[in-house]
Amino acid sequence: MFRVLAIAGNTFRESIRDRILYNLILFALVMILSSIALGQLTLGYEIKVIVDLGLSAISIFGTLIAIFIGIGLVYKELERRTVYALLAKPISRGQFILGKYVGLLLTLLVNVAIMTAGLALTMLYQGGAEPRSYLNLLPAVYLIFWSLALTTAMALVFSTFSSPALSALFTFFLWVSGHFNYDLLEFSRTAQSAAAGGLFKVLYYILPNLSNFKILDSRNIIQSAAYADPIDAAAIGWAGLYGLVCCTALVALAVAIFSRRDFK
Amino acid sequence: MFVIEIENLTKDFQAGFWRKRPVRAVDNLSLTVGRGEVFGFLGPNGAGKTTTLKILMNLIRRTSGSARILGEPVDSVAMRRRIGFLPENPYFYDYLTPREILTYMGRLFGIPGAELRGKVESLLERVGLAHAANVQLRKFSKGMVQRIGIAQALINDPEVVFLDEPMSGLDPLGRREVRQVIESLRSRDVTVFFSSHILPDVEALCDRVAILNKGRLQESGPLHEILKVRIEGHEVILGRVEPGLRAELEALCGEIRPLGDRVQLRVRTQDQVGALLAAVSRGGGELISVNPIRHSLEDYFFREVSGQPSPDGPVREPGKGAPGARV
Repeated sequence: MFRVLAIAGNTFRESIRDRILYNLILFALVMILSSIALGQLTLGYEIKVIVDLGLSAISIFGTLIAIFIGIGLVYKELERRTVYALLAKPISRGQFILGKYVGLLLTLLVNVAIMTAGLALTMLYQGGAEPRSYLNLLPAVYLIFWSLALTTAMALVFSTFSSPALSALFTFFLWVSGHFNYDLLEFSRTAQSAAAGGLFKVLYYILPNLSNFKILDSRNIIQSAAYADPIDAAAIGWAGLYGLVCCTALVALAVAIFSRRDFK
Repeated sequence: MFVIEIENLTKDFQAGFWRKRPVRAVDNLSLTVGRGEVFGFLGPNGAGKTTTLKILMNLIRRTSGSARILGEPVDSVAMRRRIGFLPENPYFYDYLTPREILTYMGRLFGIPGAELRGKVESLLERVGLAHAANVQLRKFSKGMVQRIGIAQALINDPEVVFLDEPMSGLDPLGRREVRQVIESLRSRDVTVFFSSHILPDVEALCDRVAILNKGRLQESGPLHEILKVRIEGHEVILGRVEPGLRAELEALCGEIRPLGDRVQLRVRTQDQVGALLAAVSRGGGELISVNPIRHSLEDYFFREVSGQPSPDGPVREPGKGAPGARV
């Protein structure tokens, strides 16, 4: 375990010394702050606009961090040949991949925490938010974090065998399809042929479903937080469990691919 | 027990985009290395040296055959606690400092904090990087990166060290420092397996060598046996050679080559050396040096590997304490 943590610690250090990260956090914080100005245009709904925009900024910029840092996670180690000295140490390839993943999750956790703190401070500055609005940020951010963890796991899988450009493309494709996953189920019901219906159904079950981290009953989690609705704890629990299973499966896939590679 | 055992090791890579065809990088290689040996692994570019080292480090999977280090298969994680590895043209995280890299590598071995701090400082001292311990690697020269590479290979006090081209990119001073590190490892009974292109270093350091060509083992054994060392004569350099003495020397040795205000000549037998020294003494000349001429590893390389004679022919053996004097 200490080896995984050592690799995670170094990955975290690598990420926080990456300029892309600071640029993205800066953009996210600027976007959160600018929501104050936008809130002024909607009389009586200032906090809703701030929360809505703020959580969306955390989700979007968190996804960009997950993709842009995630795609280079393993590839950079191979391209720069740092992996040669590392894998000659007493670590398994699985520990290496897990360490890289945990390190990036740690980076995301810190970033999401910074952006959430920025959002809470913006709400405080605006004033008039109910205590529930602050509390509702936590489950919303929790689910956003799971969706980022899943996006990172997708980027990690691609990073083990393809270039950063292709990995970004594949991850983005999965990210988009993940947000429209329920439409695949709908297509499977309405498809003209049984074969097409079957194919859509298989895709629905195989592709990671990012909508699970967004939709709770009729409203998505960001809207629920914005309207200070009561949050369904069971739905959050199930979404977290789904995230854990998907991330575990994807990391296992990344380990399986990486373990079979020759480092020429 | 052998520390490194390679038996019938073969590696095929798949080449070609559409129609894949196997390209054999290592072909039925067998060799063994004993404890405490400094073993040189030689061969021209593309001979399969790095591929073999990568198989030993489990970075590449073998096609067939077997390889064991310290009695364990190469994919054993436990075995890797007892070995060190310097890759060819190493590259480390350029956002880290040497102290951070060594600490990171030490943590992978589970070395406890206080002990690790001591090891890191002593290794930085040993490879001459103590002055740059807190400088990010992006500001390092190739030679400095090579040194940090050697330091990280030694962080766990390994029983066996694998060095892929450890002298590559180093200036003469750096090469001498690496030689000293390897010699200090030998004195501690550490087994060193290293590949190199710098043949005088191999000659100076290695107990045994293996020569690889096109993936096949060309020869393996003690260096003096491979080279079949024999003295081909002596090269003498003299100063203050007056015309009378010059005539006498020409009669004795034949051709005399001027070297500025000195002359260089070659004699074949011990008797000729005696006669020459007596003539120099009589004629008031100054004896600068007498060196035996023998075949070097470089000559062997040119002859056996490239199939051409060395452009320089046999070389003279350097003076006392210089590389090659052991052979």
